[in-house]
Amino acid sequence: MNGPAGDWLAVGRVADIPRRGARRVETPWLTIALFRTADDRVFALEDRCPHRGGPLSDGIVHGTLVTCPLHGQVVGLESGRVQPPDPGCVRSLPVRIEDGRVSVGLP
Amino acid sequence: MARKLVIIGNGMAPGRLLEALLEQDREAFAITVFNAEPRVNYDRIQLSPVLAGDKCFDDIVIHDDAWYAAHGITLHKGLAVTAIDRAAHEVIAADGSRAAYDELVIATGSRPLLPPLPGRELAGVVTFRDQDDVDTMLAAAARGGRAVVIGGGLLGLEAAAGLAARGMQVTVLHLAASLMERQLDAAAGYLLAEALRGRGIEVVTEAETRALLGDMRVTGVELRDGRRYPADLVVVAIGIRPNVELADAAGLAVARGILVDDGLATSDPAIHALGECVEHRGQCYGLVAPLYEMARVLATRLLGGTASYAGSTLSTRLKVSGIEVYSAGDFADGEGREEIVLRDAARHTYKRLTVADDRIVGVVLFGDTRDGPWFFQQLREGTDIGAWRDTLIFGQHHQGDAAPDPSAAVAALPDSAEICGCNGVCKGRIVGAIREQRLTTVEQVRAHTKASSSCGSCTGLVEQLLKCELGDGFRVDAAPPMCGCTALGHDDVRRLILARALKSIPEVMQALEWRTSCGCAKCRPALNYYLLAAWPGEYRDDYQSRYINERAHANIQKDGTFSVVPRMWGGMTTPAELRAIADVAERFGIPAVKVTGGQRIDLLGVRKQDLPAVWAELNAAGMVSGHAYGKALRTVKTCVGKEWCRFGTQDSTALGIRLEKYLWGAWTPHKVKLAVSGCPRNCAEATCKDFGVVCVDSGYELHFAGAADMHVKATELLGNVASEDEVLEYCAATLQLYREQGHYLERMYTWAARVGVATIRALIVDEPDKRAALVARFELAQRHAQHDPWAQRAHGRESREFQPLARVVRARATA
Repeated sequence: MNGPAGDWLAVGRVADIPRRGARRVETPWLTIALFRTADDRVFALEDRCPHRGGPLSDGIVHGTLVTCPLHGQVVGLESGRVQPPDPGCVRSLPVRIEDGRVSVGLP
Repeated sequence: MARKLVIIGNGMAPGRLLEALLEQDREAFAITVFNAEPRVNYDRIQLSPVLAGDKCFDDIVIHDDAWYAAHGITLHKGLAVTAIDRAAHEVIAADGSRAAYDELVIATGSRPLLPPLPGRELAGVVTFRDQDDVDTMLAAAARGGRAVVIGGGLLGLEAAAGLAARGMQVTVLHLAASLMERQLDAAAGYLLAEALRGRGIEVVTEAETRALLGDMRVTGVELRDGRRYPADLVVVAIGIRPNVELADAAGLAVARGILVDDGLATSDPAIHALGECVEHRGQCYGLVAPLYEMARVLATRLLGGTASYAGSTLSTRLKVSGIEVYSAGDFADGEGREEIVLRDAARHTYKRLTVADDRIVGVVLFGDTRDGPWFFQQLREGTDIGAWRDTLIFGQHHQGDAAPDPSAAVAALPDSAEICGCNGVCKGRIVGAIREQRLTTVEQVRAHTKASSSCGSCTGLVEQLLKCELGDGFRVDAAPPMCGCTALGHDDVRRLILARALKSIPEVMQALEWRTSCGCAKCRPALNYYLLAAWPGEYRDDYQSRYINERAHANIQKDGTFSVVPRMWGGMTTPAELRAIADVAERFGIPAVKVTGGQRIDLLGVRKQDLPAVWAELNAAGMVSGHAYGKALRTVKTCVGKEWCRFGTQDSTALGIRLEKYLWGAWTPHKVKLAVSGCPRNCAEATCKDFGVVCVDSGYELHFAGAADMHVKATELLGNVASEDEVLEYCAATLQLYREQGHYLERMYTWAARVGVATIRALIVDEPDKRAALVARFELAQRHAQHDPWAQRAHGRESREFQPLARVVRARATA
């Protein structure tokens, strides 16, 4: 189900996402996983692994990849692509950071 | 008659602009320069060496008064321009005078960001921008005392190093988690922090300043979390803000900076702008190289040429003598990008190239930056490095030649050359041992000569020697690497963590020359465990390197909910505990309650955000974490033993409880399950557990290394003991040996098969001293491990693990 397309949703501060970690944002349309890399970049993916629906926000973040906690699928944080040899793609959302505050563009 | 050129500002960008103009045409313009600062044109970049005492102000003057006079330039020092009358083509100065222009250049630069902190007006609070700031800092340094630098970026660190060199006790407070995070990746930022600490500079990251303390003079800095740092001087160096007010008031288009096009024209074609005050294609620059590029382009433009500015790729070098740091381009990793990492632990260097489509897109160098400019040149020119990517990281001087042959280099060493510095073993001795004892592996060389048995950094050389002697008969030790991030196997990593006293994941990665900057989902949890096992009480657990179950202290289920298993010591419970479990299940709508195979109760389907509250209630009834989710001590299954059973020989239940109370909380390479059966009928199934006790009339039979997982593996007999105390002792020793030797994710039975059951048995049973030492190490670790993680989290620890960052209830347009 789509949200109000094009809207930017203010979700919180970069500092509240653990480095090499993730936080979840719950919305009526989808659950979003916000990832913060070791070098403090933030990415947003739908919090759902295409394999069996695992919560990616609970995975281990390494580089710009996250490993799904359920079956170890590795997903690219930028594109949402599941890394070969596994197939699939997760919806990725645009992220904006201003003064340390994160907004996510709704699909 | 020459056209009239007026320049507002006299920093480094207009200085270079003037040079470029005069070089091309001395007569084209009658030039007037307004400078709000009372000084001549000087090299702001060199203020750091002035602060550190490496240079004095006169050394850094670029153009003195005589230079302006000689070139017929009218320079107004200490006179600010207050307005631009675009209609009249005139600027109006602070003294009311007017100057007419045909061409106007705005180069008002930037000023330091000073956030609205309480106390920012106090005496002793400075920024780091101009010679006045340096004078203030030098005066403070002359009095000695403590300095706090807020901001661990380029400028802040240079200020910190300068003040430290002047004898002040310096603390750097940095908001981000790693220093210079815009220029350096986390690995290099870590090394930089270590290098600064080595010089006595205290570095505090993730430090958010709340207030500057003091009445008249600053006395300290307070962080948001309440920590305080005393200070006689506070330097704020958290960034710069372009000076746009003049342009804005004149009605020019302004965003963060004054907007300019590729010709550096503002929204008024008669007015150009350059330097730190402009915004070009969304970028504002604070480094000198882009300003110089802009100056060249603008000079050509003003003289009627067609040059254009397309933005700059930046390179940065930290100017702290003795600490070499270089970065260029976009070094972030990402899809379609590969990293080439070379760490040299002995030389304390770290080099990382980010490569996309066989082209360098980013460079980070620490320790050895000689090749920085060369890498940067390849980056800017978009050189296809595909043909030499294998040797690229070694730098310019390794290109074009045949790949260096390390074996040849080792073969050429004289017999007297020292190979192993730790144990003083020379080449001749190793080669002699290989020939006489017919050694074929590094392990054997270690055993016979001690070479490479301590720190291990000469292992590569020893391998090369074996290769020289045995030719193709030698194959490098077949221990498979831990993961793709390293060539080292688990054993080597564990040995080196201890030998070299490596105490954090970044330190391990640097010292052991990891090939990635951040590790992967395989090696990070393993390293976290190894460090925890090696340095109990000292190592700070890295939760982000733990699997979700150990981070959330519950088992993730297929739908993303969790299961919760409280400890039931030895499988015993009480009506009160059962009542509390029933209450919790109802209150939180927990959909499934199940009895586990380990004699406990599993609450399934708990929402992640409910976990701390569920635990709080279980804690209130006296229950603690069962660690059903961890690579840790899980259950101790028991039968009812001689207290009830007509066949029971000992009190197996009480022994099970004792064991569990003694062992709980211990982290292990993989899960560990125990059982105690009261007689050889073995109702507790002790002979398919990691450690099992079978009670007999004469005492206790101890078993280990069994499992009933994908493989059903019966235990091996460890030995017989007569007392409960001995059961605990033997069990702790076995568990500790496994904790120290096991590879991460290796069950006890796999470890035993690898190391040898007989070896383990001999050590535990036949060597009381070693057994006692193992027990002592185990008990030391337990002192730091036996804290109920549920109680800690029920009281708010790691709360962000359990709460969503935000919860949006209904459609709403924001920001």
